[in-house]
Amino acid sequence: MSSFDPRRVRADTPIFSRVINDRPIVYLDSASSTLPPRPVIEAMDHYYSGHHANVHRGVYQTANEATDIYEGARLDVGHFIGAPDPHHEIVFTKNTTESFNLLARSWGAATLRPGDVVLVTEMEHHANIVPWFQLQATHGIEVRFVPVRDDYRLDLRDLDQLLAGVKLFSFTAMSNVLGTRNPVAELVAAAHAHGARAAVDAAQSVGHQPTDVGAWDADFVCFSAHKMLGPTGLGIFWARADLLEAMPPFLGGGGMIADVRTDGFVPAHGPTRFEAGTPPIAEAAGLRAAVRYLASLGLGEVSRYEHELTEQTLELLASTVGDRVRVIGPADVVDRGGVFSLDVEGVHPHDVAQVLDQFGVCVRPGHHCAKPLMRRFGLAATARASLGPYSVRSDLDVLVEALVAAIKLFG
Amino acid sequence: MANLDDLYREIILDHYRSPRNRGELDGATSRTEGFNPLCGDELVVYLVVRDGVLEDIKLTGHGCSISQASSSMMSAAVKGKRIEDVRHVIERFKAMMTLHEDGAEGAPAPAPAPDLRSDGELAALAGVVKFPVRIKCATLAWNTLAQALDEATP
Repeated sequence: MSSFDPRRVRADTPIFSRVINDRPIVYLDSASSTLPPRPVIEAMDHYYSGHHANVHRGVYQTANEATDIYEGARLDVGHFIGAPDPHHEIVFTKNTTESFNLLARSWGAATLRPGDVVLVTEMEHHANIVPWFQLQATHGIEVRFVPVRDDYRLDLRDLDQLLAGVKLFSFTAMSNVLGTRNPVAELVAAAHAHGARAAVDAAQSVGHQPTDVGAWDADFVCFSAHKMLGPTGLGIFWARADLLEAMPPFLGGGGMIADVRTDGFVPAHGPTRFEAGTPPIAEAAGLRAAVRYLASLGLGEVSRYEHELTEQTLELLASTVGDRVRVIGPADVVDRGGVFSLDVEGVHPHDVAQVLDQFGVCVRPGHHCAKPLMRRFGLAATARASLGPYSVRSDLDVLVEALVAAIKLFG
Repeated sequence: MANLDDLYREIILDHYRSPRNRGELDGATSRTEGFNPLCGDELVVYLVVRDGVLEDIKLTGHGCSISQASSSMMSAAVKGKRIEDVRHVIERFKAMMTLHEDGAEGAPAPAPAPDLRSDGELAALAGVVKFPVRIKCATLAWNTLAQALDEATP
């Protein structure tokens, strides 16, 4: 084990004091949403208790403080992902899904012509599929898919042919169903070699491994605060400054303009052009605390720890319930994160999750907003367990105990 | 605390393991699909309706134990009944699956269970209402049957 101590993170995270069905909570649903540590919750409390005011408009002291907190979050989260110029590159949205809609409705609608191709992969979340189908309907673009191999990794043999005519290659850094980590820099380079832009869905990776948009050489990156120990209601859209500056506004209203007259409007410059209306200020304060907290843990340490725990999980599942439980994801731990989609023979995922709940175990049943991927593997649903920096070996022991009970109940 | 035994009664598990009236139905007078988009459950209800009587019913599809058992128990409860009686069973079942607000705390509580003894084993599903997220699993087959009847007997 590395020097990283998950017990410290657990002690910092209030929800771990919860008791569910007379058992301590076993939270294995971080791929859906991570649990915020106390500093994140306190940062939002402190904001509302001592600084709350609307941003960007006031002259009075607390309005300036609120603006400093909000803009400080933009700077901090930018530095966290290696953005060279956060004030001109980071847009705050509602969530990863809205970030992709911003990309499609602003950059996509302004740039793509009928017949242009957007390439995605079969392992994408619906957030990185549906906005492109919407553009297919309104702008006549083509949506193309990179297939997934039987070993749950991208089939890149025909990538060069797939990239022909492609204007944007938009793909996930890590699958929310399979746990598969994709070779981001390699895929970005392939896109660029064909004159295409590259967008990365970092929602699943950003809280679990170091992110460096420069090393990726990506053009666009989307992720959410609540998947990196931060609050819900705040998404991040990062774009290279020159690309962002050329993008037209997506949502119109207050805060996004330079001027409005009775005969029209002039949009503001920079990221605020995309932040119409009062933004999520308290959530930005929470994100800022989350970024500092993760930095204090060290993302490299978190990544190494979760890698070890992922290896243990796969071994444990195979040695205990391996004859009845199939893991829908890579069997090896190379380029793989702590997401385990479980297919329990003879037991529907909803029933699995229901029995697990009796043991205090939180997992997610369903299609995980990735129906093309589920269909690819002939599954309607799986029960998904996923790790966070607060996950420990005893969580996995309870998971197995509960899986054994589910298998016994349904025979 | 809702107990798992309230949900997974033995009779429910029996219907899940050995579903009644499974398969496609040759000569069906209607074929109706039902979906639960949240969990991906799918169901097809085949009916033979003649002279105001539900002469035969069969089901195909996949889903959790609650949706599978509920559809199996439904098929056993309605097969051979007059359409108006089938509609009454559907109404009674859906009433049993309805939550009503309980006092100031607003906690969901089961509605008073209607008398389903005449409908055989269906009363075993009453415990589902203690697990609100599973109600839609139990009602999928019934909503699909109601839709099938509406289409079959306009």
